Amino acid sequence: MTTTDSTDVVIIGSGFGGSIPAYRLAAGGARVVVLERGPWLSGEDFDHDFKFGSSSSRAFEFTMGDGMNVLGGNCVGGGSVVYFAAMPRAPRFTFERQGSIGKRLWPSAVHRAALDPWYDAVAESLPITQNDWPDVTYSGGLWAAACNHAGRTANPVPAAIDKSKCTNCNWMMSGCRFDAKRSLLLNYIPAAVEHGAQIRPLHEVQYISRTPDNGYRVHFNTVDEVDYREVTGSGTIDAKIVIVAAGAVATPVILQRSEEALGAMPSAVGRHFSGNGERLNTAIVNEDKVREVLGLSRPDGKAYEAYQIGKGPVAASWDKLDGNLPEFSRHSLEQLYFPPGFGTILAQVPDATGPSWFGLEKKEILRRWQSWLTIFIMSEDDNEGVFGPPPPTGNGDRISQQLLSRGALRYRPTENTLAGWERADADVRDILERDGLSRVMPWTNDPIGAYTVHPLSSCRIGDDPETSALDDRHELRGHPGIFVTDGSSVPAGLTVNPAFTIAALAERAVPGIVEAAAARGVPVRYVDRPPAHATSSRIRIPLGV
Amino acid sequence: MTLEAFADTIIPGERRWPGDRAVAGAATGGGAVASGALDLLVSVEGGMAGMLDTLAVGLDDQATEYARRTGLTLDPAVPPFVALSFADRTALTSELVAPAHPEQELWVALAMFSVMAWDTGAAEHTVDALAAGHPGLVQIGFTPPDADGLWRFPNFSYGRVLAKSHPDTTPTGDPA
Ligand SMILES: Cc1cc2nc3c(=O)[nH]c(=O)nc-3n(C[C@H](O)[C@H](O)[C@H](O)COP(=O)(O)OP(=O)(O)OC[C@H]3O[C@@H](n4cnc5c(N)ncnc54)[C@H](O)[C@@H]3O)c2cc1C
Repeated sequence: MTTTDSTDVVIIGSGFGGSIPAYRLAAGGARVVVLERGPWLSGEDFDHDFKFGSSSSRAFEFTMGDGMNVLGGNCVGGGSVVYFAAMPRAPRFTFERQGSIGKRLWPSAVHRAALDPWYDAVAESLPITQNDWPDVTYSGGLWAAACNHAGRTANPVPAAIDKSKCTNCNWMMSGCRFDAKRSLLLNYIPAAVEHGAQIRPLHEVQYISRTPDNGYRVHFNTVDEVDYREVTGSGTIDAKIVIVAAGAVATPVILQRSEEALGAMPSAVGRHFSGNGERLNTAIVNEDKVREVLGLSRPDGKAYEAYQIGKGPVAASWDKLDGNLPEFSRHSLEQLYFPPGFGTILAQVPDATGPSWFGLEKKEILRRWQSWLTIFIMSEDDNEGVFGPPPPTGNGDRISQQLLSRGALRYRPTENTLAGWERADADVRDILERDGLSRVMPWTNDPIGAYTVHPLSSCRIGDDPETSALDDRHELRGHPGIFVTDGSSVPAGLTVNPAFTIAALAERAVPGIVEAAAARGVPVRYVDRPPAHATSSRIRIPLGV
Repeated sequence: MTLEAFADTIIPGERRWPGDRAVAGAATGGGAVASGALDLLVSVEGGMAGMLDTLAVGLDDQATEYARRTGLTLDPAVPPFVALSFADRTALTSELVAPAHPEQELWVALAMFSVMAWDTGAAEHTVDALAAGHPGLVQIGFTPPDADGLWRFPNFSYGRVLAKSHPDTTPTGDPA
């Protein structure tokens, strides 16, 4: 199958960075086509099932790099479909970060107060709501009580979850069967479709070239709906404006591959990648101490044994989000659920006498899985990730039908990053090992290196052309009409979950994109009304494939 | 048999029958092998199937070399990796999955499939696996679903204030 086509705006990727401009530009009158490499799943496609080939592998991509592994969405809605929906704003100090270059990393136009109105717009659109203590799950409650016992504070984390529909099933990484999680499938995407945007699933963009009329041509392959390795066709689509929002592990790859056709890319494309300083610790909880020391017990008489129950992260320690502390020593600590498989392999046995992540002793701690508590560290890393030359197609070489691929990202944590992790690990231990509450170990980096679900910064905004690929309007330097609005545009790790900030930045970028589109003759205006809320992710649309 | 012995080193289990050689019987309860590690490895979805013969040969070569280095004599009746004791399989596996090993990536992948077989049962539908008493899911204590095959936990919260919020929390519940 070959298609040639043209439209006003092509958007690559349908996560936060793609869906937000898709809605606003379509609502403003532009013809919008969204190309998404993954399938379009909804409602009953979201299985409660670990079997390979269920939504837990269809909707995901695990890109293995050299020293850094990234887990992300691979479906219409991108990361919003598989994410945990924890949505805190980034603290004020994070916008003032200098990293190790001694200069403010963010453009001068962007700081917390400037971003707050855009955060507000996203909060209303998804919507995001505050959690209260009765919403906090057993695992979040245990973490909060342990923080309290250590003389620390703990906060329920704001989330994009409809509490009235949530069953606390903890399958949210496979997509939400109950449409309780406010993924983009319930707001921006149906609203974009309502305004005429076309979403084309299973379209994997390869590169961008120029058209004679100063516009752009986007080249894609279509891929099989079960075996993503199988190319079923290819085509191109022309547009006046291209928005690249394929996520921080894919956007730089597409741009690097486009270099041959488009000419040199800014040097910051594919450099300065951040994993948001992510790291995990797993505690094996002493149930008796939970009862005696923290005074916790469930209606059925158990003290805890509730790792499986819940809705991802609901409670966080923000004590170290303190702008007075030096850079690389600030972090948040968030309780988290990770399902078996992904969530168990790298966990280490405390006091292991043999191997720490497999073998006899590992089996013993796995048998106590319901007494696990996982703490998610988001710290300040050093933007040390660099992408090598792009693979022949896609964002990586696909190994299995779904899920697994190998990418060109290389990450060697610097002393700054390592010291930040060490301080955060110690902080977790200090809270959770008090009075014998638990034994804690960080996940091992030995088998695969570091890992993240929060890829950032591989094509970032900034004022300095040397260290930022985009100007403060998210336009790619030297390539007018190409914008990047996804996580790759965030200049550095945020010390909190990033999706809210990515979304707010995308909202902030839209007026500038509207202006650029209008200047190129697209009849579009800026529309500020929030998208309508859908009650079901099941929408019937001509797929336009 | 070799791949079974490797999977059993990652998540060990009890012998399936008296005289089981692949499974060393180092732990009580079914391990990775009884949980379907081989089924997962040969599944078309997994992407490992085409490499399995090479991996098995590689493991046996590694075992032969390990035996030579450590002065062990291996029982020729079974493949070399299977002939190693559980302690020696563990020692060799630790070397293979260490960052310094040139083939680390291959052996780590094999180890990951072994863990996943045990604690997710990813070769079968989870509902079916649980109903059939899947050893790993049962031993980790994975709670079974409601009658319609979906999970719901009506009781999920201690339901009370358990800590003071950070003093700088904004009215929207965010860090300042
Ligand atoms: C398990 C998990 C839990 C998470 N939980 C949270 C949380 O609780 N809170 C939070 O803030 N963040 C969370 N995140 C992170 C969050 O999902 C991401 O930060 C966010 O989705 C990034 O948005 P984005 O627009 O940059 O990219 P994405 O949402 O990743 O969207 C990029 C899209 O582009 C598509 N794409 C990629 N390459 C191509 C191509 N070549 N052609 C066409 N399409 C392409 C992808 O399939 C994807 O749909 C979580 C992530 C994961 C994986």
